[in-house]
Amino acid sequence: MRKLKNIFFVLIFSVIVLNSSNSAEKSPPFLETKWTFKGLFGKFDRASLQRGYQVYTEVCASCHSMKYLTYRNLAEKGGPEFSEAEAKAIASSFEVTDGPDSTGEMFVRPAKLSDKFVMPYANEQEAKAANGGAYPPDMSVLVKARKGGADYIYSLLLGYSEPPEGVELDDGVYYNKYMYGNKIKMPAPLSDDLIEYTDGTKATAEQMSKDITNFLMWSAEPHLEQRHKTGFRVIAYLIILTVLVYFTMKKIWSRVESKV
Amino acid sequence: MSDHEYTPSSKFGKWFNDRLPLLTLANHLTDYPTPKNLNYWWTFGGILTFCLITQIVTGLVLAMHYIAHADMAFSSVEHIMRDVNYGWLLRYVHANGASMFFLAVYIHIFRSLFYGSYKSPREIIWILGIIIYLLMMAAAFMGYVLPWGQMSFWGATVITNLFSAIPLVGESITTWLWGGYSVDNPTLTRFFTLHYLIPFLILGLVVLHIWALHVPGNNNPVGIDIKKPSKDTVPFHPYIVIKDAFALLMFCIVFALFVFYQPNILGHADNYIEADPLVTPAHIVPEWYLLPFYAILRSVPDKLMGVVAMLSAILILAALPWLDTSKVRSAVFRPLFRQFYWILVADVLILGYVGAMPAEGLYLLIARVATAYYFAHFLIILPVLGWKEKTTPLPLSITEPVLGGSPNLAAARSDEKIEKTIK
Repeated sequence: MRKLKNIFFVLIFSVIVLNSSNSAEKSPPFLETKWTFKGLFGKFDRASLQRGYQVYTEVCASCHSMKYLTYRNLAEKGGPEFSEAEAKAIASSFEVTDGPDSTGEMFVRPAKLSDKFVMPYANEQEAKAANGGAYPPDMSVLVKARKGGADYIYSLLLGYSEPPEGVELDDGVYYNKYMYGNKIKMPAPLSDDLIEYTDGTKATAEQMSKDITNFLMWSAEPHLEQRHKTGFRVIAYLIILTVLVYFTMKKIWSRVESKV
Repeated sequence: MSDHEYTPSSKFGKWFNDRLPLLTLANHLTDYPTPKNLNYWWTFGGILTFCLITQIVTGLVLAMHYIAHADMAFSSVEHIMRDVNYGWLLRYVHANGASMFFLAVYIHIFRSLFYGSYKSPREIIWILGIIIYLLMMAAAFMGYVLPWGQMSFWGATVITNLFSAIPLVGESITTWLWGGYSVDNPTLTRFFTLHYLIPFLILGLVVLHIWALHVPGNNNPVGIDIKKPSKDTVPFHPYIVIKDAFALLMFCIVFALFVFYQPNILGHADNYIEADPLVTPAHIVPEWYLLPFYAILRSVPDKLMGVVAMLSAILILAALPWLDTSKVRSAVFRPLFRQFYWILVADVLILGYVGAMPAEGLYLLIARVATAYYFAHFLIILPVLGWKEKTTPLPLSITEPVLGGSPNLAAARSDEKIEKTIK
């Protein structure tokens, strides 16, 4: 029994380690907000994902690409879950170059569900030239590419302020207390009532930051809901099986005087 | 090996077995007499076999979707994560599986260190194990390069650059390894090929490792030679099979917690940024399981000597059966060794911690002291301890020392207390 207790301690310990992720950071502690996607049964807030897409397309998309996303993803299960008609309408509002056609010419057509998200710039060089030499990173997996994940992105979006005394900023450089080195080339992207949400939610900077971060979390982990659902089932199954095997083992070992 | 000759009961079985003795092998594996006092630290051999097979199976399917090309590797991994059915599961199992593999192998190695499983007559098992461990590190390192993220690229650059420390031919060897003048597409394709090959080499060595084990049989917590089969042993099936299964399931629960709830916690965020030869990450760190050796490498100011120290740290283990001069295997009966054992465990953990920190100031100092201690443990403490240490009396058999139970650390300690009170 003592051994069993030890094993459970190991389990509990690993759970604690798992939950205390993203805690090692030297910069100021991240702004606190509740994420619905965390936890054993974490799911995305559907309405927030849809608003997040709106923030992306109306604000971020002018500089940031999301090259691994496809318009069909917007209608897929576990995502913003726009209806297929809505996703088609969204896609067709963008233009893509296709071809060559039967005469050998390239042509422009409205995007389809199967097309990747249209990129704001043709290439990295053009993106840099348009942004003072800084490359706006692709946002498809941005949440996973930053230490601190969603909390970091959310805090960064709200972390702009005047530089403290003694900090000199060049032209086109801004102060952000969560940014690595505190200097960022992206001006504060969100301000109250910058956009008008189609669902009538008040577009405060906090609200928009939360919605876009939700959206980015989904784009980085499109199968998160399925992962949590499968995970719970797998672990429940394993626990039941472990208990059964434990008693089987006890029974078998009762034939010899040694303890297990 | 069991004493009796095995004859299959069916006529066909006998005909087949006379030509290819697979049934004899199966019978040997089922009957294999195992010490009955093995504790849960002995279940990690089975767990490691499970890890290897999991890596091979998930790896095979991933290889069907992965593209080994510098321009496409990163996006093919994203393709696996997004569009391949259960691709996210395969990749997360494979990536976390590597970590679980190393977790298990470290427990397996430290179990061996505690109970003296490397000592005569098991030296060959031990050395085969060290070779497997080296191959595991090579496979894991090359596997980490394949997603072609920032850490992949820069980790590969740092590690391959180590070869340039070799005098005279170092530069040429590095160029030869890269297939060019920097880490690039040729490096990626050859790493992929080798990453695919090595697991099968490991598989072959695992067979030898188990074969070599089945000659003398398992060591056990008491560390004494036992008669096989006897009252001290149980047949492998069903006793050890069910116990290994139970331990494996516990292990799988931890594994599943990582895969389903924190799949990226053991990785580095920078590896979700596509490799860029023009941008160096602020801190280049290897995966956690290589950190102690990384700390040893960086604690030596000279590059060549650093590489030598890192390699010696692993190769010194191969000489361990001869460095440890004590005739007593199990630490249970070696009160002094037991203390030094736990200091070594702490030392390796400290090395792992400073390996993740920048190599400067206090961290560097700690790394140097810990590195020196690591070598001192094997080169000074162990040989001297064998001479000086007064070990506690060994029991004659597993069943003898304590009535009706298996001896364990606590039992041995209480024995000491009783002896003291009698005196």
